[in-house]
Amino acid sequence: MWHYAIKRLLGAIPTLLVLITISFFLIRVAPGGPFDTEKSLPPEIQANLEKKYHLDEPLYKQYFRYLGNIVRGDFGPSFQYKDFTVTELIARGFPVSLTLGGLALLLAVLIGVTLGTVAAVRQNSWVDYALMSTAMTGISIPNFVVAPLLILFFAISLNWLPAGGWNGGHWLYLILPVLALSLRYIAYIARLMRGSMIEVLRSDYIRTARAKGLSMPRVVLKHALKPALMPVVSYLGPAAAGIITGSVVIEKIFGVPGLGRYFVQGALNRDYTLVMGVVIFIGVLIVVFNLIVDILYAVLDPKIRLQGKG
Amino acid sequence: MTNDNKTAVVKALAEQPAEQILAEKGQSLWHHAWLRLKQNRLAIASAIILLLVVVLVIIGPMFSPHAFDTIDWEQMSVPPDVASGHYFGTDAMGRDLFVRTLYGGRISLLVGLVATLVSLVIGITYGAIAGFFGGKVDAFMMRVVDILYALPFMFLVILLMVVFGRNIYLIFAAIGAYIWLDMARIVRGQTLSLRHTEFVEAAEALGASKARIIFRHIVPNLLGIVAVYVTLTIPQVILVESFLSFLGLGVQEPFTSWGALVNEGAQDMEIAPWSLIFPALFLAITLFSFNFIGDGLRDALDPKDR
Repeated sequence: MWHYAIKRLLGAIPTLLVLITISFFLIRVAPGGPFDTEKSLPPEIQANLEKKYHLDEPLYKQYFRYLGNIVRGDFGPSFQYKDFTVTELIARGFPVSLTLGGLALLLAVLIGVTLGTVAAVRQNSWVDYALMSTAMTGISIPNFVVAPLLILFFAISLNWLPAGGWNGGHWLYLILPVLALSLRYIAYIARLMRGSMIEVLRSDYIRTARAKGLSMPRVVLKHALKPALMPVVSYLGPAAAGIITGSVVIEKIFGVPGLGRYFVQGALNRDYTLVMGVVIFIGVLIVVFNLIVDILYAVLDPKIRLQGKG
Repeated sequence: MTNDNKTAVVKALAEQPAEQILAEKGQSLWHHAWLRLKQNRLAIASAIILLLVVVLVIIGPMFSPHAFDTIDWEQMSVPPDVASGHYFGTDAMGRDLFVRTLYGGRISLLVGLVATLVSLVIGITYGAIAGFFGGKVDAFMMRVVDILYALPFMFLVILLMVVFGRNIYLIFAAIGAYIWLDMARIVRGQTLSLRHTEFVEAAEALGASKARIIFRHIVPNLLGIVAVYVTLTIPQVILVESFLSFLGLGVQEPFTSWGALVNEGAQDMEIAPWSLIFPALFLAITLFSFNFIGDGLRDALDPKDR
């Protein structure tokens, strides 16, 4: 088990190195340095500034310095938000994004699994068809189309919910962004769950359980649910990556002060260090999350669990 | 989305032995697949709808008296009206939305097509080489694919846009350069199983060069599967481009794409809901059709799923 976890952890290191290297050299080849202002600075000041930020050193030294800083969690100063370091900005935005994304993922799993199970138990009934064609619609419509439509309907026409803002994470302000972010994943998990549940329900031990007189809900909950959940568990990694990406647009649309909004603003303002910091942070986040999912999968699946021991 | 459909297809196709496909090719598998596809009314309807969208996007602007970039301050945010020729109304700058939606469609579809082609060329070459040489070369090349696969792609593309400025060709290249990963996996799996078929060995015995064997003998046998896969790649690319344009990082004014139009529409939706609804409808219908066609093709090729 530990063997497996450590092996996976080591496997993630090249990915992170590639990510950091690409980001570093992309920024370095970027036209225009960070101190290019409208007025050209006197050469002494320019030199001093470059010395302060170690821009006068050879490129490879800068690279290793940057690597060392990142390992210590230091992403350098933001060029746009002058009073903040990138680390501070990430620390501000991340809890907000985590709330939004975490709730969206939770909602996607809970509703997706429930709907998928219902559709599977009543396979080929009108319930099944209705759920699955709705799911296909949900999968096809991008979240940046769903979000404005939700606002148009629930906030502007019906005036039930606020159209945007965060308000310290008040639940009323959470409903629309979480819904917009999770719809696609609800739909996809429902389809995934239906497929695997149908397969599990056809297996012999389920027939045995039915034959000994257990009720259908009991069979589904006690015997079929856990094995049927395996594909959903392995989908959690891609789903989380998708939700993290999606939250960039959702935060923009709803004016949520999260990581994604800093990222887009940084991108539009060419705030190199901020953009680079967020990219690396998100890369680490996705890698770590995938690791957790893999370990969770190994815990749930005896085949992998035993393999790790050997 | 399509991405998720794709993951399943990548798995199925990468594992399917090519001999089996080959052996039946011509007589039964593709023929049967076509018969099954014809039975799938949703997929056929989607194909027809998609064709209509494409035709409309190409010839539609000819039937409008307006140009896509003419600003008319007298006609700002006018609702849809047939008499004035503003079939979908106008945007906040008085530009005709019917023509803009169709022009945006041209860009969106073109990005989808070109980036998919880029991914085809890279993916087929890379996958075929990895699969053909096998062993350490294969292990190394596929490890590279795994590493790239784990990168937060969308964020890197945005970083690229920030560094080099917005540029439609860069978008093509960046998207294509990422999408090829799946293609490389599929092609590699297929090549591995084609590697030891008689006709490849025969070509080797005749002294054909490695490059000739790969591109003349192996690649043509992969094209069927690649074609299926393309249906799933195009909508994914369209979505990525729309996502970037929605954030204001994609195509630049006065040019537009569906993502950019949805973005503008979302800003004016309180006073001009039509400026959101029409581009959103076109985008959704297109993605919807591609999804159903892709689903249908997959089911047609792999009926045990049903």
